[in-house]
Amino acid sequence: MRLSPDQYILWEFGFIKINLTIASTWILMVILVAGAWLVTRKINSDLNRSRWQNMLEMIVLFIRDQIRDIGLKKPDKYMGFIGTLFLFIAFSSLLALIPWYEAPTASLSTTTALALSVFISVPFFGIVESGLKNYLQTLAQPNILMLPLNIIGEISRTISLAFRLFGNMMSGGMIASILISIAPFFFPILMDALGLLTGMLQAYIFAILATVYIAAGIQNEERKKGPSISNGVIDSRHE
Amino acid sequence: MDNLTMVGLVSIITAGFTMAIGGMMPSIAEGRAVVRALESIAQQPDASPTITRTLFIGLAMIETSLIYCFVIAMILIFANPFWNHFTAL
Repeated sequence: MRLSPDQYILWEFGFIKINLTIASTWILMVILVAGAWLVTRKINSDLNRSRWQNMLEMIVLFIRDQIRDIGLKKPDKYMGFIGTLFLFIAFSSLLALIPWYEAPTASLSTTTALALSVFISVPFFGIVESGLKNYLQTLAQPNILMLPLNIIGEISRTISLAFRLFGNMMSGGMIASILISIAPFFFPILMDALGLLTGMLQAYIFAILATVYIAAGIQNEERKKGPSISNGVIDSRHE
Repeated sequence: MDNLTMVGLVSIITAGFTMAIGGMMPSIAEGRAVVRALESIAQQPDASPTITRTLFIGLAMIETSLIYCFVIAMILIFANPFWNHFTAL
């Protein structure tokens, strides 16, 4: 039984192997980029906009509000990265409606790549936002002795991101393929619906966790400023 | 009982036990988390989006250890390295 789409090789030449994971990842990227380009060709802000532009606006505003709710003050900077994560993982499980398509996130290589990109983006955004010294100080919170524990925590968060997504996606495909051999028509449809639901949920969880990790890496600015007591509250009788 | 049979037997039994024992505590923890979330939504309905979002994040974290157990069970049954090693001899 095939554990992941990595093992289904479509085309081979020497040591270059195109397997189902690579093929479906590229198909997904082409669909996302071509769809976005087609929709935003004639973008306008009057009342007569196309429905696709409306849908894209809803998605973009939703992602931006979620990022702002987590605590990142200027969400437009991070929306490219986090929005891409969310849309890629959501589409990869949404397209499971097409037959003979296997989600590329059902293979450990794709999810590890996504988790590694989050792992690199946390220090990147931290250094861009608050400087190298401040970012290294977030690693040494609350005490310098916690530095090895914080580093190990970062690595284990990355591994858990990869495995959570991989386990959820792989279990959907595996259970469907096991149930097909038992009850040919009815049960696999139900399990596909459940797989769609968990796929969307896992996309949201992945993006939100990436946002939380990035927000935790930037946090030193607010911790240094401390709570601010405005004079108007204390000295209100002088006004 | 030779090595091959022993490897297969222990793998299957271990996979079953992994899912059975590993599935108990995450389910209890998720149930308790949902109970508290429902109570707090009932107490403060206008904080419901925040509570729902935090609930889902918490559920995903709790479910992670369950997913680890599931992945180990799947590897033991379907991609067992010791079985492949012994049948390749």
